[in-house]
Amino acid sequence: MRKKILLGIFLVAVYLLHQDFWNWRKIEPLVFGFLPIGLAYHAGYSILAAITMAILVKFAWPQDLDKTEAEISRGKEGRES
Amino acid sequence: MNPAIIVFIYLAVVLYIGIFAFRRSQQSGEDYFLASRSLGTWVFLLSLFGTNMTAFAILGSSGLAYQRGIGVYGLMASASGFVIPLTIFFIGTRLWALGKKYGHMTQVQYFRDRWECGHIGTAIFALTAAMLVPYIIIGVMGGGQTLEAISTVMGPDKKPVMVEVMRGGQTVLEPKHLVSYEVGGAIVALVVMSYVFFGGMRGTAWVNTFQTVMFLCFGTLAFVLIGRNLGGFEQLMQSLAANPKTAPLLTRERIPVEEFFSYTFIPLSSIMFPHIAIMCMTAKKAASFKKTVIFYPICIMLIWLPSVFLGVVAAGQFPGLKPGESDDVILRLLSANTSLAISGLLGAAIMACVMASDSQILALCTMFTEDVFAYYGGKERFGDRVQVWTGRAFVVVVTLVAYLIAIELKDKAGIFELAIRFAFSGFAALAPVMLAALFWRRSTKWGALASVIWVAATMAGTYWLFEHSSSIAPKPGQPPVPIFPELGNLFLRTPGNVTIYGYLPVMFMVLGSAVMMVVFSLLTRPPSEATLNKYFPRREDSAPTAQPRPDLVPVA
Repeated sequence: MRKKILLGIFLVAVYLLHQDFWNWRKIEPLVFGFLPIGLAYHAGYSILAAITMAILVKFAWPQDLDKTEAEISRGKEGRES
Repeated sequence: MNPAIIVFIYLAVVLYIGIFAFRRSQQSGEDYFLASRSLGTWVFLLSLFGTNMTAFAILGSSGLAYQRGIGVYGLMASASGFVIPLTIFFIGTRLWALGKKYGHMTQVQYFRDRWECGHIGTAIFALTAAMLVPYIIIGVMGGGQTLEAISTVMGPDKKPVMVEVMRGGQTVLEPKHLVSYEVGGAIVALVVMSYVFFGGMRGTAWVNTFQTVMFLCFGTLAFVLIGRNLGGFEQLMQSLAANPKTAPLLTRERIPVEEFFSYTFIPLSSIMFPHIAIMCMTAKKAASFKKTVIFYPICIMLIWLPSVFLGVVAAGQFPGLKPGESDDVILRLLSANTSLAISGLLGAAIMACVMASDSQILALCTMFTEDVFAYYGGKERFGDRVQVWTGRAFVVVVTLVAYLIAIELKDKAGIFELAIRFAFSGFAALAPVMLAALFWRRSTKWGALASVIWVAATMAGTYWLFEHSSSIAPKPGQPPVPIFPELGNLFLRTPGNVTIYGYLPVMFMVLGSAVMMVVFSLLTRPPSEATLNKYFPRREDSAPTAQPRPDLVPVA
C-alpha cells in the first residue's frame, strides 16, 4: 500500500513538472548552443517520462498479467498435448 | 530526377510487404484482424508508435511551431510522451489480457460483455466510428496533396516550372506537377487498400514498423543536412533570438498557461482510438508492453523535437507565411537545403505518416465485422472465413468512399481537419468510460451511456460555438474575444479554438464524462454477480468462475 502511495505521489509530481511556468518567457541559456531552455526542458521531460515508465514497470507491473499469460500458455500446452 | 520516383519505389516496397504478409496469413478472423495476437516486442512498439503518428506529427507540428514557437513541443509532444505510455501501461495491458483470455477483438466487445449490454455497445460503436471516418478521408487527401507537392517539376533555377490552367473560366499560372491531386490520392488509396486487404493486421503492423524506422533514419539525416547547409543551428538560433519579430518563437509567449495545462487532457484520447486499442491486443506477450511504454516517450522526442525545431528555424528562413501555408515548411526546408534524393526519401517518409490511415481503415473494418456483423449473427451463420472476406470487402468499400469524398470535397479539407480536432476531444472524453469498465466494479451500462451522450452533446455544442464565433475570431497574436459578452469570459474565442475561462473544452468534457459515469452508475443496477466475478475475481479464488476462451481450455 505504501509503495502505491509513493508511486502515486511520484506520478503527480512528474505531471506537475510538465507545467514549467518559470521557463515561459525565457530563451537562454541555449542548451548545446542551439536549444532554447524551454525546448531543452521539455526534451529532458520526455527522458524523465521514459524513466518514470521504467520505474512503473519495475515497481508496479500488474502481477495479474503474468498470471493470465501463464494460464493461457497452460491452456495452449494442454490443447497441443 | 523527380523526388516522386523515390516515393513510388517506397510505395512499391510497402505493397510488397502487404503481399508478403498475405502469404503468412491463415484464414481466421483473429489472424486477419489481430495477426493472431503474435507481434513481437519491437514490431509491437514501432507499429503502435507508427499507428499513432499521423501527418500532423510532422507537417502540422512544424507548421504550428512556425506560428506559435517552441511551446508546441511541450503542448503536444512531451505531454503525450508522459500520458500515452501511462494509458498503455494501465489500460492497454488490461485490454490485452482480457482479449487473450476472453477473445475480445474490439473495445465494444469488451463493453458489451462487461456491462451485459447490446444496444449501448452499438451506440459506442456508432460514436467511435463516426469520429474515426474523418481521419480516413484526411489520410487520402494528405496522400494526394503530398504526392502532388513532391512531384512538382523544378526548372534549372530550382524554381517550380509554371503552366497555364483554367480555373473558373480564367487562365491562371500554377506549378507543374508530374502527379495530380486526384491521381496521387488514387495511388495512395489503392496502395493502402491493397496491403490492408491482403495483409490485414500483420501487413499493417509490418508496414507501420518499416515506416517508423524509415522516418527515424531519414528524418535524422535530413535534420543534420539542413543544419549544416544553413551554417549550423547555433548561429541560426542567435539570429532568431536577436530579432524582435522571431524572438517570441523561442519562448512560450504565444501559448496561454490555461491552454498549456488543459491540453494535457488531449493525449487521453490515444488509448480510446479504436486502432490503438485494437493494436494493444496484438502483442504476443505481456512483456512486449514493458519496452513499449519505456521507449515510447523517446520515440516521440525523436520525431517531434526536430519537427518543432525546424518549424521555428523556418520562421527565420521563410517569414510571413499564413497559418494554412506554414504546414509545408519542412518540405520547403528540404527542397531548399538537401539533395533531390534526400528530399525524395524524406518525402516518402512523410508519405508514410500521411498513410497512417491504414490502421484506421483496418480498425473500422474490425469494428464493423466484430461489433455489427458477428454480433448480429453473421459469424454464426456464415463462419469465420466469410467474416474475413466481409472484412476485406469492407476495406474496399471504406477506401473507395473515402477517395470519392476526398476528390469531391478537395477544397474542403478544413472541415475534416476540424472534425479531427473535435474527435481528439471526444475520444479523450471517452477515457473515463474505459477506466470505469476496467477498474470500477460498480460501474454500469447506464453510466456508460450517459457518458457517451455527454460526449456527443458537448462535441456538438463546442462545434456550434466554434462555427457561431467564426466571424469574431481574432487573428494569431491577438487576444481572445468573448463569444457572449454578457457572460464575461465564460466562452472565449481564440484564433483556432473555443475556450471556457481560457481552458480547452476537452478538460470539462473529460471531467463531465467522469461525473456522468459515476452518478448514473450509482443510480442504476450493476451487472450480474457472475459477470462481476468474471472481470473482478476475488483474490482468494483459486479457480476463475468465468469460462475462458474454448480454444484455450486444456484438453484431457
